[in-house]
Amino acid sequence: MSSEQVSIRTSNAFSNGDPLSIGSYDTKGFFDEMFTASGQPRPGVEFLVDRLESLPLGELQRRQRAADHELLNMGITFNVYGHAAGTEKIWPFDLIPRVLLEKEWRYVEAGLKQRIRALNMFIDDMYHDQRIIRDKVLPEYMIATSKGYLKQLQGMNPSRGIWCHITGTDLVRGDDGQIYVLEDNLRCPSGVSYVIENREVMKRTFPQLFEGHNILPVETYPEQLLKMLQYVAPASSRDPNVVVLTPGIYNSAYFEHCFLAQQMGVELVQGSDLVVSDGYICMRTTRGLKRVDVIYRRIDDDFLDPDVLRPDSTLGVRGLMDVYRAGKVALVNAPGTGVADDKAVYAYVPKMIQYYLAEEMILPNVPTYLCADDQDRKYVLEHIHELVIKPANESGGYGIMLGPRATKDQHEKYRQLIESNPRNYVAQPMLALSTVPTLCGDSLEGRHVDLRPYILYGEDIYIVPGGLTRVALVKGSLVVNSSQGGGSKDTWVLRDEN
Amino acid sequence: MLSRVADSIFWMRRYTERAENVARFIDVTLNLTLGLGDHLEHQWEALVYTTGDQLLFSESYKHVSQENVIRFLTFDESNPNSILSCLQYARENARQSREMLSSQMWEELNKFYLFVRDSRNDPRAIDSPFDFFTRVRQFGFLIDGVVSGTMSHGEAWNFGRLGAMLERADKTSRILDVKYFLLLPNIADVGTSIDISQWGMLLKSASALEMYRRRFGRLSPKLVAAFLLLDRDFPRAVRFCVSLAERSLLSITGGSSGNFSNRPEQLLGRLRAEFEFLDIEEVMNEGLHGFIDSFQGKLNDIGDSVHQMFFQNQAA
Repeated sequence: MSSEQVSIRTSNAFSNGDPLSIGSYDTKGFFDEMFTASGQPRPGVEFLVDRLESLPLGELQRRQRAADHELLNMGITFNVYGHAAGTEKIWPFDLIPRVLLEKEWRYVEAGLKQRIRALNMFIDDMYHDQRIIRDKVLPEYMIATSKGYLKQLQGMNPSRGIWCHITGTDLVRGDDGQIYVLEDNLRCPSGVSYVIENREVMKRTFPQLFEGHNILPVETYPEQLLKMLQYVAPASSRDPNVVVLTPGIYNSAYFEHCFLAQQMGVELVQGSDLVVSDGYICMRTTRGLKRVDVIYRRIDDDFLDPDVLRPDSTLGVRGLMDVYRAGKVALVNAPGTGVADDKAVYAYVPKMIQYYLAEEMILPNVPTYLCADDQDRKYVLEHIHELVIKPANESGGYGIMLGPRATKDQHEKYRQLIESNPRNYVAQPMLALSTVPTLCGDSLEGRHVDLRPYILYGEDIYIVPGGLTRVALVKGSLVVNSSQGGGSKDTWVLRDEN
Repeated sequence: MLSRVADSIFWMRRYTERAENVARFIDVTLNLTLGLGDHLEHQWEALVYTTGDQLLFSESYKHVSQENVIRFLTFDESNPNSILSCLQYARENARQSREMLSSQMWEELNKFYLFVRDSRNDPRAIDSPFDFFTRVRQFGFLIDGVVSGTMSHGEAWNFGRLGAMLERADKTSRILDVKYFLLLPNIADVGTSIDISQWGMLLKSASALEMYRRRFGRLSPKLVAAFLLLDRDFPRAVRFCVSLAERSLLSITGGSSGNFSNRPEQLLGRLRAEFEFLDIEEVMNEGLHGFIDSFQGKLNDIGDSVHQMFFQNQAA
């Protein structure tokens, strides 16, 4: 940054009296995405800091209220339980964007593409020869005890050889400034609709922030999604009929299911709309039955087919798995990808990349201790008060213990849990997640964030630029989940000027 | 399209239309009761009776008053036909079929619902009912406009219009019925200036006064009934609605007017023909109330046949 820019910034701050107290913004020792430790704007985002500083008193708050109102009117809600009014909540949205520069984004993108290719090869290997186990790169017990492995699918060849069509990979930045992969969500990752809607709300309520800047678009995601879904249709279908399968309006992600179906212009179906007829999946229409070729399913593996998986499921379609195994319908993601969506398997991704691709990992993992490993377990049990303990097979933040913030009793409880079922636990160092300035009352304060890019694996690999930035709105909190005081931000990938 | 989604769109449009028309009912009663002094209770009672929900009303309210009836018909969630309930159902149906709707349409419906829900505890809705019910009607127009302006006029839209037109035909006939009930105790007033001005207000509530004036000029009860039932061109007239409903049905089935190949086509075609070749003298001879009653029965049969033909799940 040139010294001239600094002086402009300073004079702006003085002329407006800096109503948001940006001049005294404190990064509190964390890596802040917008400011350096000395409080200067990071290169590339000076313009954004200038614009925020030049806002009149109360302006940002006014726009924030307008954005909240927009979200309510647009019905962008989550967590629907029951029937009546007042059960849908708006997911809090903070107007100050999280900015990534294109150069860094290209690096992240390359790392994710590499990772997803290796994971897909790993899943395929698991359902065929399991070479990686025979070659002793991955211990055998990992598969024998995997909850996500579906033995019914051994030998399955999904259309085009793709298993994990849609992945949401959670990234975090540590206080060393490095971006790490925290976990891979390979089952039914949700949240991409918020990426698109956040951008729209941002444009509606605060167009001035965008002026003159080139931000990579996120709005092409539905187009890319449809392209991928058509690409993986069974070879026999010429003009493939694609549908989105939802558990229904009481599912917490129902808004997203609708949104994606609507944006792609395809039918949104429920299990009760589908039926097996003549060896194909068909949907019940006003003109009789119509064949379905590709199902983007937003229900979990267990519920897909009561004949094969959970017999009590009312969400799926009886006979679906037979049709799938016969290659007469494509399922996205393929059933059985959960075998790679396991925090113990995660620890082996660096080795997988070497094994399948003969490449070095571009985007690093968070160092992970496997409690099934004797040496690792010993370390974990001794250092439990410093570590984050995670169950291997849960998602959505369930069952996690933050060592430094837990009581002695909780430490003891987790020691026992680990010793009784070591395979099911992993441990990681407590990360100091990076922060982004966030509107808190009258001023800006740093709040911790993560980042979830969405990866589509079809004819090629497409990643929505940026992804979903989730923010822990509670002061000091590291939990970004919507159910626990999390919100979201628009994520900008700023195109390089030249 | 999916049977379930067709069902949802059909009912979503029926419910938004119903919500708007309940507002019209209240509006006409407010108009008719102003300046009537002590007959008020009877007028409001008649309104509840017309909507067919008198039993439900007497379960929740001790006495009939303007405020109680307005609350019952507007905000009471235990009344499935209150404006708020209708909008809740419309919104639930829209959520079931949200991917078929334009985002503007969903947004306007959502705003409509939020407006009524948030007015529930706002004293202005009761204190200045005209303002409130004018807003409700405006929202109705907005929904109509955004549906016709942003949704492809294909199968889904036709199911929506079929639903809306069946509902509107039913409700316009009931608006006439409100007046019929109010007329009974004051038979001596027939033809007096009070009576005449009341028919004018009734037309106003159906947004029909100016169009009526262009068609017939001076107000007469018989011609008002003729206009609201039998006019070919007025968009809230029963005949117009029935004819449009048939057109939507034929677009869906690919059939043609003048013959039929299924039950809905048969029933709706017959009703459309009846209205095309009917004159108001016959209606009056039969008795307006009796005529409307039997007409509503026919509409119900059409609704049932549409349900059976298109929405009931086909077997595998």
